[in-house]
Amino acid sequence: MTDTPHIEEDAAVASSDAPVEAAGESAAAARLREHDVWVAGTEEPEWIANATDEGAQEMLPRDLDPALQVQRGVVVDDDYLEEETIVDDERQIINMGPQHPATHGVLRLHMELEGETIRRVKPIIGYLHTGMEKTAETLPYMAGGTNVTRMDYLSPLNNELCFSLVVEQLLDVDIPPRAQAIRVLMTELNRISSHLIWLATFGMDIGALSMMIYGFRERESVLDFFEKVTGLRMNHNYIRPGGVAADLPPGWEDDVEGIFDVVRAGLDDYQDLLNGNPIFLDRTQGVGVITPAEAQQYGATGPIARAAGVNFDLRKAFPYSGIENYEFDVPLGKHGDVFDRYLVRTEEIRQSIRIVEQVLETMPAGDYRTDDRKVTPPPRKRIDESMEALIHHFKLFTEGFKVPVGEAYQAVESPRGELGMYLVSNGSAKPWRLHVRTPSFATVQALPVMLTDLIVADVIATLASLDPVLGDVDR
Amino acid sequence: MAGETSNPNFLLTTMEKGVNWTRTRSMWPATFGLACCAIEMMATGAAHNDLSRFGMEVFRASPRQADLMIVAGRVSQKMAPVLRQVYDQMAEPKWVISMGACASTGGMFNNYALVQGVDEIVPVDVYVPGCPPGPQSLIHGILTLQSKIMDGEIKRSTGIV
Amino acid sequence: MSEETTPQEELEAAEAEGVVEDVPVRDLPDDPILAPLAEAFPDATFTSFQPRSGPRQDTVTVPRDDLVAFVQAVHDAGFETFVDVCGVDHLNREPRYDVVINLLSMEHVQRLIIKVGLPGDDPTIPSITSVYAGANFYERETWDLFGIVFEGHTDLTRILLPDEWSGHPLRKNYNVGSVPVQFKGSHKSS
Repeated sequence: MTDTPHIEEDAAVASSDAPVEAAGESAAAARLREHDVWVAGTEEPEWIANATDEGAQEMLPRDLDPALQVQRGVVVDDDYLEEETIVDDERQIINMGPQHPATHGVLRLHMELEGETIRRVKPIIGYLHTGMEKTAETLPYMAGGTNVTRMDYLSPLNNELCFSLVVEQLLDVDIPPRAQAIRVLMTELNRISSHLIWLATFGMDIGALSMMIYGFRERESVLDFFEKVTGLRMNHNYIRPGGVAADLPPGWEDDVEGIFDVVRAGLDDYQDLLNGNPIFLDRTQGVGVITPAEAQQYGATGPIARAAGVNFDLRKAFPYSGIENYEFDVPLGKHGDVFDRYLVRTEEIRQSIRIVEQVLETMPAGDYRTDDRKVTPPPRKRIDESMEALIHHFKLFTEGFKVPVGEAYQAVESPRGELGMYLVSNGSAKPWRLHVRTPSFATVQALPVMLTDLIVADVIATLASLDPVLGDVDR
Repeated sequence: MAGETSNPNFLLTTMEKGVNWTRTRSMWPATFGLACCAIEMMATGAAHNDLSRFGMEVFRASPRQADLMIVAGRVSQKMAPVLRQVYDQMAEPKWVISMGACASTGGMFNNYALVQGVDEIVPVDVYVPGCPPGPQSLIHGILTLQSKIMDGEIKRSTGIV
Repeated sequence: MSEETTPQEELEAAEAEGVVEDVPVRDLPDDPILAPLAEAFPDATFTSFQPRSGPRQDTVTVPRDDLVAFVQAVHDAGFETFVDVCGVDHLNREPRYDVVINLLSMEHVQRLIIKVGLPGDDPTIPSITSVYAGANFYERETWDLFGIVFEGHTDLTRILLPDEWSGHPLRKNYNVGSVPVQFKGSHKSS
């Protein structure tokens, strides 16, 4: 961690922030009083007592200035109830999460309820904040994928693809067609597995418990393929700047065809089970509606915007990695409710299968990574034969390759929406700044807008339909 | 035992062994899935690798009804008090499995935002390494915990209890 | 790459040296959407970068006082989708911080990146939540991680870090190393 420079004047600033000791109070108590962060190596303070109270993160009382209170807890719009006077006794603030079986991770929702109807809601996040953007500044670019892949852990290959693409925007390399096709194959399979998990958890939240088992079961076939190709079931670091880490093993076509059979048959069954179920329809139709304008204001892209009718898919608008060579449709919904999102996602699974079939038929032969040896390591046996290969290998694995100065933004269509990365490079082997624009952050922010006139049970359905991944939200 | 039939239909044991046996065979985990390891934990509970073979398919959301906390995922500084509170709410006897590299040691994220090992907050019985540990590793960890409970200490695990 | 230095490359060369003088780039874009904006806002500096693979990237640097008006004009010009607000700490450069606003026009299939430079001793910037409601959480995050104050934001509190955290971790002079957990069982303060 020696990349951060030592700044003299900021040390001075830090000491001027030191708490002023009151008479008879020790330094530790003074520091405790100021809630300072304890830095290892200084005198140990007396520890703060356990408390989960979070001060400003709570929902504030209603009697505040109306403009302020609207922001601090979004007032949910109400169609038919004209309330002149609000009776305090009838309203109750309920906290949902962060440890909760239905919040898809550690999301906390503060809700003000009147009976079962939601009046105000405030999502509180940060319970999974991992400081990945800071860690990204300490990792060379070949290792950057390991960090980035753990953000949206349900579709790790999409994160890696976005990272590799943004680095390649600044690098001066050509990616061979086989590498691009492998990337499309892996990310579309990842879309299938991510939507299967979504179906599993969505079904479980709505009440169709066996959907959980079915979804995970179908996903195992995709994970077996990933393990065969990349070595890992999740968090692969397989797609790297310059290409992919290893070629596809022989016999991969049969495995992929096996996946098709399993997923197609399963999907038909599950759609029959769910689409005809009146409880399912009741819980999802007309619930959690978002209009196209709201989706665009909040930046909620992907299946949520498409279910509302917004015809925009990054794979069609700003194509990347050769995906324009394959034919596929983009499913659109009409109403923007939970049921439409479910239909859009199941249809996206089918379209992904269609893309993967085309990749299967047209996979080009060739290199699986660029042969620019300044970027990708040479094959291992060349190291014994060539001095240059040895030096390249050494430089790449100790220092890493340097990326020219510049700033770039690249977005991919992840199963949750627009996943974008903004990279600032200062010419060294590590990023100066990597900011990840994650889709779930925007959708969780847009959640209050979808909860008009809904009851608590509908919150669960809406939240499940948004498919938030908290690793994506908090990074 | 002279005079007994050749098929005795009762067995003798100590109270302690019997209680330990019942405890290991019906441990209910509390849902504490945080990040990627939670997905592997769910996959372990799903059809391919079935946790209900070990009596554990019931993941209780309420800590009052759970006796095993599998900390699956990275614990951030903001989540730490919540984790401790959930642990405190569990009734004795309770055990903790720290699943994954991030829960055990902070993992690859040696930075300001994560607790570097959940054993800074709660006492851990079994650490399961991996990033994320596959279902087989997690089941090995659970069986290790079961043998630890049965025998009072972790022996060289044979996987059979 | 061509021999003549584009304004972008001049800017990069100047940045690499650690000095950003007033490089007088007045590269008026001929893009039909951006050209009227360039005329209406003479202080806005447009640059364009065509990466080897990927769409053309348009960046405009705007002084902070013009920001809200500019963003409103961009919104009215067809950029209806909000994408991102983030901060960058350049540390050794004179406007130390950059706030980067990323917008998308689904109608015209075009992106625009708006950058505002902020001095290190006065990192304040007007908030754009009045134009894009989605900027809310993003500006809170930038405040949380960089300490950049968004004036006009109604709820500028910490979002990713605990409330009582002190310091802004993504600044370059904040160490990346681990901080011991602020919670120690049932220890009570005496």
